Amino acid sequence: MAVAKQGDWVQVYRVVLPAGQRAPQVPEDTQKVGLELWVKGFLAQAWGTTGEEVSIRTATGRVVRGRLTEVLPAYSHNFGEPQPELLDIAQELRTLLKGGGEVG
Amino acid sequence: MGYQAVMARKQDIVKRAVGIDYEEFSSGVLGFDYEGMMRQAAYSTEEMVKIQRETGVGNTPLLEMRNLTALARKLAPRGKGARIFIKDEAANPSGSFKARRASISIYHAQKNGYRGVIAATSGNYGAAVASQAAIRGLNCIIVQEVFDSRGVGQPEILEKGRACEAYGAEVVQLTVGPELFYYFLVLLEETGYFNASLYTPFGIAGVETLGWELAGQVRELAGRGPDAVVVTHAGGGNVTGTARGLEKAGCKETKVIGASVDLKGLHMASDHDFNRKSFTTGHTGFGLPFATWPDRADVPRNAARPLRYLDRYVTVTQGEVFYMTEALAVLEGLERGPAGNTSLAAAFALAQEMDNDQILVVQETEYTGAGKHPNAQLTFARNNGIEITRGDPADNIPGQRIVIPKHPGQIKLKDVDLTRARRSYLKNAAALVPDGRVSQADCEFLAEDCGGSMDWVKRELAAIGITTGGTKDG
Repeated sequence: MAVAKQGDWVQVYRVVLPAGQRAPQVPEDTQKVGLELWVKGFLAQAWGTTGEEVSIRTATGRVVRGRLTEVLPAYSHNFGEPQPELLDIAQELRTLLKGGGEVG
Repeated sequence: MGYQAVMARKQDIVKRAVGIDYEEFSSGVLGFDYEGMMRQAAYSTEEMVKIQRETGVGNTPLLEMRNLTALARKLAPRGKGARIFIKDEAANPSGSFKARRASISIYHAQKNGYRGVIAATSGNYGAAVASQAAIRGLNCIIVQEVFDSRGVGQPEILEKGRACEAYGAEVVQLTVGPELFYYFLVLLEETGYFNASLYTPFGIAGVETLGWELAGQVRELAGRGPDAVVVTHAGGGNVTGTARGLEKAGCKETKVIGASVDLKGLHMASDHDFNRKSFTTGHTGFGLPFATWPDRADVPRNAARPLRYLDRYVTVTQGEVFYMTEALAVLEGLERGPAGNTSLAAAFALAQEMDNDQILVVQETEYTGAGKHPNAQLTFARNNGIEITRGDPADNIPGQRIVIPKHPGQIKLKDVDLTRARRSYLKNAAALVPDGRVSQADCEFLAEDCGGSMDWVKRELAAIGITTGGTKDG
């Protein structure tokens, strides 16, 4: 559980359309789940604890209410792990280009 | 605010948020004056070049891929192997050609007094809008489809969201579903911002400078226009804008070839399928539906109408694009893509069909980053149960197996049957005809819009029970 004070950079979560109220054209597996939303902004109230319903002010100045999910939310995507299936390509192509024998 | 209630107000909300009265261009039941719309609503090439220079967009280098050309020639029959060039669009401010589309929209929004802009996009366009809005001092909201119901996000889209936030935009992240459009309308209504749709005349005309520019660059070095230009095709804007730009530059003989990643069998709105693809754009999941019915977009009349311009449409596999992304890095010293390299993978095979004195241009690159990288995307694929092997890419199964070619000679094109695509376009059009009849004017529009002849369109319509009347109002 993390605590945020007014002005802290946080992320909130909301359900926009609950399961059962999705658009008619949505496939069956998607119908069974809600349309969920996350947005970041500065906490617009004195205090907030993760899991609580809070208000935030977003980068455009909109006030959005939602459940506090994270204080100082981090980016977690990365460059992944080296892929064995890609590692040999460089050498193979150089050999092929220099007129070496057939590869693979 | 319920889904149905907001969707019922769609027309009004969009009209206010784009400032174009699309009705003005309508004629007949289906037809509308496409060129009229492009002329009135957009800007001239000269104006657009000026607008784009103000914010550092365009004028990107055209680079000759000497090593890739040499490699293609080793694999091609004698006398074949066109010179491959690449337009390094990653040199635009936000790292992709999408800056061209955003630049005109944002200029127009600023000129018309909007305080901010909103775009619904999970692709590079978000960063482009955010970057251009930052330069022109407008607020910006980007609405993205990022997560499945487990809360697992597509790495490529997470990166694009990060980039948007880096440019100061508010990023609204949603789970899978076409109701993204519903929430987009809610936000437009709440804020009164400009709808920086990818599909307005501004969004499409902005790409015209790309075709126009590359035509000039090729002429300067070869004394003539390119023989073929390969364009990664998704929603149709890249194809449409580039082809229009080439036409404006007088390149009437240049073949425009669309290329998409084959994701056949994966449902774009499926919570389950969402994270079983490695490419979130440039694939057939957008490429085919948008070609066969452009007006499924977030504006009433889509300015991207690819069937008008495609001379050929091919697909490649995810594994082939990853392979060519590696090849581009290790043979040409350019770390770009991967998704933007869809057209490069196609070009590598196409060059081998063309004569060695011909010129083939790959008209874009895009920046590489965390998440937007072969290792990131293959790690993600593996974690989502996708098998990754080296072998013959013909064994690729979208959503189940990615096959990295063992040899560059295994990179092959699959042609999409454009006649079938045109037929499917006509079926989609016919579904909107209330009484089984269309006017002569509608028929002319359909022929132009799907790239077929009048006779063929009439025959095809008759075969599905639609007759063509003699008068404009039918």
